[in-house]
Amino acid sequence: MLRQDFNRSDPKRRVLADHRKKQFAAPTYHETEYHHRLNFYATPPTADITLEQFEQWAIDRLRILAELEACSFRNKSLTETASHMKPLLEKYLLLQPNSSSSSKLFEERQKDHYSHFILRLAFASTEDLRRRFSRVETMLFRLRLNDESPRDRDAFIQSINLDCEQVTEDERNKYRDELAALTSSKKGVEEEVTWVKVDWEKVPDLVESRRVFVKAGKAYVPSKEQSSMVIAEFTKRLDRALDLTARALPRLDEDDRLTPILNHLSKNFITPDASYVGSSSSVSGADISARNIDTLSAQFPLCMQNLHRTLRRDAHLKHFGRLQYSLFLKGIGLNLEECLIFWRSAFHKITDDTFNKEYRYNVRHVYGDVGGDSNRRGGGYSPFSCQKILTEHPPGPGEAHGCPYRHFSLENLTTLLQGVGITDRSVLNGVKEDKESQKFHMACNRVFEHVHKNEIKRAKDESIMTSAQLETIIHPNEYFKRSYLLKNLGKTNSEDIKMEDS
Amino acid sequence: MVDAPAQNGDSHQIADDDVAMAGTNGDEKKDLKDIKLEDLFADGDSDEEFPSTRNDETDNPLALSPVTNGNGISSSDPELLRMFYQRLFPFRYLFQWLNHSPTPTNDFGHREFALTINDVSNNEIYLRYQSYPTADLIRKDIVSKLPSRFEIGPVYTTNPRDRKTLRNQNSFKPLAKELCFDIDLTDYDGIRTCCDKANICVKCWQFMTMAIKVIDTALRDDFGFKHIMWVYSGRRGVHAWVCDKKARVMDDQKRKAIAGYLEVIRGGSQSGKKVNLWRPLHPHLSRSLEILAPHFQEDVLETQDPWAESDRAEHLLSLLPDKTLNESLRKKWASSPGRASTSKWADIDALAKSGASKGLDTRALLEAKQDIVLEYTYPRLDIEVSKKLNHLLKSPFVVHPGTGRVCVPIDTNRLDEFNPMAVPTVQELLSEIDDWAGPAPGGKTPADWEKTNLKPYIEQFRSFVLALMRDEHDPKIKREREENEGMDF
Repeated sequence: MLRQDFNRSDPKRRVLADHRKKQFAAPTYHETEYHHRLNFYATPPTADITLEQFEQWAIDRLRILAELEACSFRNKSLTETASHMKPLLEKYLLLQPNSSSSSKLFEERQKDHYSHFILRLAFASTEDLRRRFSRVETMLFRLRLNDESPRDRDAFIQSINLDCEQVTEDERNKYRDELAALTSSKKGVEEEVTWVKVDWEKVPDLVESRRVFVKAGKAYVPSKEQSSMVIAEFTKRLDRALDLTARALPRLDEDDRLTPILNHLSKNFITPDASYVGSSSSVSGADISARNIDTLSAQFPLCMQNLHRTLRRDAHLKHFGRLQYSLFLKGIGLNLEECLIFWRSAFHKITDDTFNKEYRYNVRHVYGDVGGDSNRRGGGYSPFSCQKILTEHPPGPGEAHGCPYRHFSLENLTTLLQGVGITDRSVLNGVKEDKESQKFHMACNRVFEHVHKNEIKRAKDESIMTSAQLETIIHPNEYFKRSYLLKNLGKTNSEDIKMEDS
Repeated sequence: MVDAPAQNGDSHQIADDDVAMAGTNGDEKKDLKDIKLEDLFADGDSDEEFPSTRNDETDNPLALSPVTNGNGISSSDPELLRMFYQRLFPFRYLFQWLNHSPTPTNDFGHREFALTINDVSNNEIYLRYQSYPTADLIRKDIVSKLPSRFEIGPVYTTNPRDRKTLRNQNSFKPLAKELCFDIDLTDYDGIRTCCDKANICVKCWQFMTMAIKVIDTALRDDFGFKHIMWVYSGRRGVHAWVCDKKARVMDDQKRKAIAGYLEVIRGGSQSGKKVNLWRPLHPHLSRSLEILAPHFQEDVLETQDPWAESDRAEHLLSLLPDKTLNESLRKKWASSPGRASTSKWADIDALAKSGASKGLDTRALLEAKQDIVLEYTYPRLDIEVSKKLNHLLKSPFVVHPGTGRVCVPIDTNRLDEFNPMAVPTVQELLSEIDDWAGPAPGGKTPADWEKTNLKPYIEQFRSFVLALMRDEHDPKIKREREENEGMDF
C-alpha cells in the first residue's frame, strides 16, 4: 500500500538512502501482526487491499468519527457517548478483545489499522481537518481504552514506551501527605496505588485539573490516572504523524485512483460551525434592524436574552459578551450598518469619540469588514454554537456571556427564567434536573418546547415542519430561527400566497 | 489584559485638578488638551468611570495628583517621554533580558514589539510587528517614535517585519514567549470595600501581596521555575514574567494547563459560589491556604471588614451550607448592626459549637469556611494572558500613561514593603536628575538613572537579567537546547 517515506525531510539520513539502491532493496518492513486490540498506529500498513475495500473501510470509519463528533457537539458525557456508540461500533468497526475466540480478530484489526491510515491521508491536508481528525481519533481511542480489560490494558501500556519512572519508597514517604490528598477516596477504602513520575509537560490535562501532585517540574501520577497519560501520548504521536503525512501528501498528487476518493472523504467531514456562515440562519420576511432588536429579543435563547438584558441595564457589555452577541445578531441577519447603530445606541453612556475609538473596529472585525486577509475573505467569524459557548471562555467576574444554564448558579438561573416569563414549576424543575446532570442543551430545548408548545403542536399536526426540522437545537441562531418560524406559522404562509397572487 | 486605561471620566477629574492649580503654572490650556489625549490610552475592557489613585491612605505628598506633579506636565507629553526614553529607560538590560546573551541573536531580533503612538491629531496608532536587531536600534526607534507605551510579544519563526514577504504565510508562527500572568485589582471589586474600579490604596494592595506569594511559590516549588519577575503594572495590578527557557518554549496547551492549575476563582457575576473544589484539597491548595490564612485574618477580616453591611453579610451566609445555623446567625447579626467581620466570622464557629443547629455537618461547614477564605484571598488571575503564546504584555519600565508611574519590578524578598503609591513617576524622576548635586569628589559621573529613585529598580532588573543569562549559558543547558532543537525538526 502507500508507504510514506518519513525520512524524506531528514537531511542527515538522506545520504544513506541512495534512491537507486533503495528501489531494489528488500523491503525493510514486516507483515503486520496485531497483538493488541488497541493500536497506536505507529507503522503504516503494507499489504495490498482492493480499491473497494479502501473506500468502504474508510467510509465505515468516517461514520464512526462523524458520530463521535456529533456526540461532543451535543455535550454528551463520556458514558453517554460510550453507550450511544456501542451499537455503531459493533456494526462498522468491531474490534474484539484477545479473550474472544473469534476467528476474525485479524481481519477486524486490519480494517481498523487500514481505515485509520486512509483517513489520515484524507484529513492531513489542512490544519483544521488535522485538528478535528486528531480530536475524534483520540475520543475513539479513549472509548476503547476505557473499554479494555485491565489485563489487556496493562499489557498494551507496557508495549508502548512511555518515558516515566517509578516513584521510590523513600520519595513516597517524603511526600506521604501530599500524595494521600490525591488518592484518598470518599469511601475510605485504601487501595494499593502505584505512582509514576513524569515531566509535568507530558500530562498537561492532569496538571490542569489538579489530579496529580506536582513538585519541581515533575508530576506524580497515580495508577488510576495513567490512562490519560497514554491518551495524551496517543494524541501527541498522532499530531506529529499527521504533520509528517501532510508534508508527504504532495507526492500523492499524480495518483488518480486515490486522490478523488480522499478528496471526497474529506469533503464529507465539514465543520458543523461553517453551516452558519452567511444567510442560512437568517429568516426571510423579518424586520431585522437595530430598532427592532428589543422586540425580537423575546424570541432569543436565554444566553442572548441575558446579554440583551445586561446590555440594557448597564449600557455596556464586556468583550466576550459583545463578541457572542454581535455574532449572534450577525447570524440572524442584522447587517453591519444596523449592528453599528445598535451598539452605538446601546452604549448610550459613552461619547461618539470613545465608541469610534474602542468599539467600532471590533464590530467591523466581527463582520469581516476589517482585519487580516483571511478574516475579510471569510466574512468575519461564524456565530458561536452552543458547543463553543459551553466550552470556551467561561465568564469571569463582571462578564455576562456564556450559557446561563451552565454558568449561572441555580438560584440566579431560576430568577432569570422567571424574569423572562418561565414560571411553570414542572419546567423549572426539569431545568434544575438537566442542569444537575450537566445536560445544558436539554434544559435550553426544554424551555424552547415549553414556550412554543402550541405552535409545535400545530406544526406537527398540520405537518408544516418535519420532525427533522424540530430536532434538538444546538445553535443559538437555530433557536431564534425556529422560534421565529413557529411564531409566524400563519403569517409567512399567507404572505407567500399573496406574493404568488400578485 | 494590559493595565489601566484612563477613561472618559478621568479627564474631568484631572481637569479639575488642573483648574485648581491653574494659578501656579499658567499652563492650563495645554494641559487640558494633553489630557484629552488620555482618552486614547484605553484598551480592552475598561469600565471604570473615575480612576485616580486614592490619596488619603498615603502620606506621600507627591502621590496626591498622579498625572500632574508640581510641574504640571502630563505623563504623555512628548518632551517628557523623549527625556525619559533617552535618559532613563534601561534599553540595554531590556535587550539582554530578551536576548539571553550579550551578542544579538534571533531571540531578540525576531521578537515582536507593539508600539502605541499618538499622531499629531491625537489619534492613537497601534503599531504591531515591530522588531529590532540590537539594543541601540530599539532605543533609536523608540526615541524617535515616542510611544506612550509599548508591549512585548513572542519570538517568531522569522523577523516579524518580513512576515509579508514569506512565500508560505503559515510558516510565520510564534515560537517562544515568557509565561505571563496578569492580576488586576478591578477583579477584586466584589470583595474589597476600600476602593473600586481603577482606584487603589495600601489596604487593597495587600490582595496583590497575597497573590504574588501564592503564585510565586507555586511556580517555583511545583513547576521548578527559577527566573520569575514581578512587575508593577503602573496603576492597579501586577504582571509576572516567567523567563526560564522551559517556560518560554511552552505551547498553548501547556500554558493552559498551568493557568488551569493555578485558577481557583471561577464563574461570572451570576454564578454564586465561586470556589468549588474537590476534597481532600490538592497539595497546592492546602499550601496556598496556609499562606493565605494569616492574610485573611488581618488584611481581609480586620482591614477590609467585608461583611459589615447586612447585604454583604447575606452573601457570606449564602456560602454557608447549614440553613438552621444561618438563621441563628442572621438573627444574632440583625440585633447588633454593624458588627465587625472578625466577630461575625468567629460567630460562625461559636454558634456551631453551641449546637444552634441539630443536624450540623461540621465537615461541610469547615470546607465551606475554607472555600470562603479562598474566595476572599486567592489570586484572581486574568487567565487569558497566561493561556496564549502570542499574547502581548506591556514592557517593564514603561510609563503608565494614566498615572505617570514607571512599571518597576517588585522585589519579592521585600514584598511586604512594596508600596505602589511610592513608585516614582516620570515627572519626579526627571526633576531628580535636575536636582542632582554632582558627583562625589574624585568619583566619576554616574549614568542618569543612577541619580534617581529608579536606581534600585534598575539594579534589581540588572541582577535578574544577569542571573538569567548565566543560566542560559551554562554549557549543560546549552547542549540540552541543541538536542531539543534537533528533535523538534
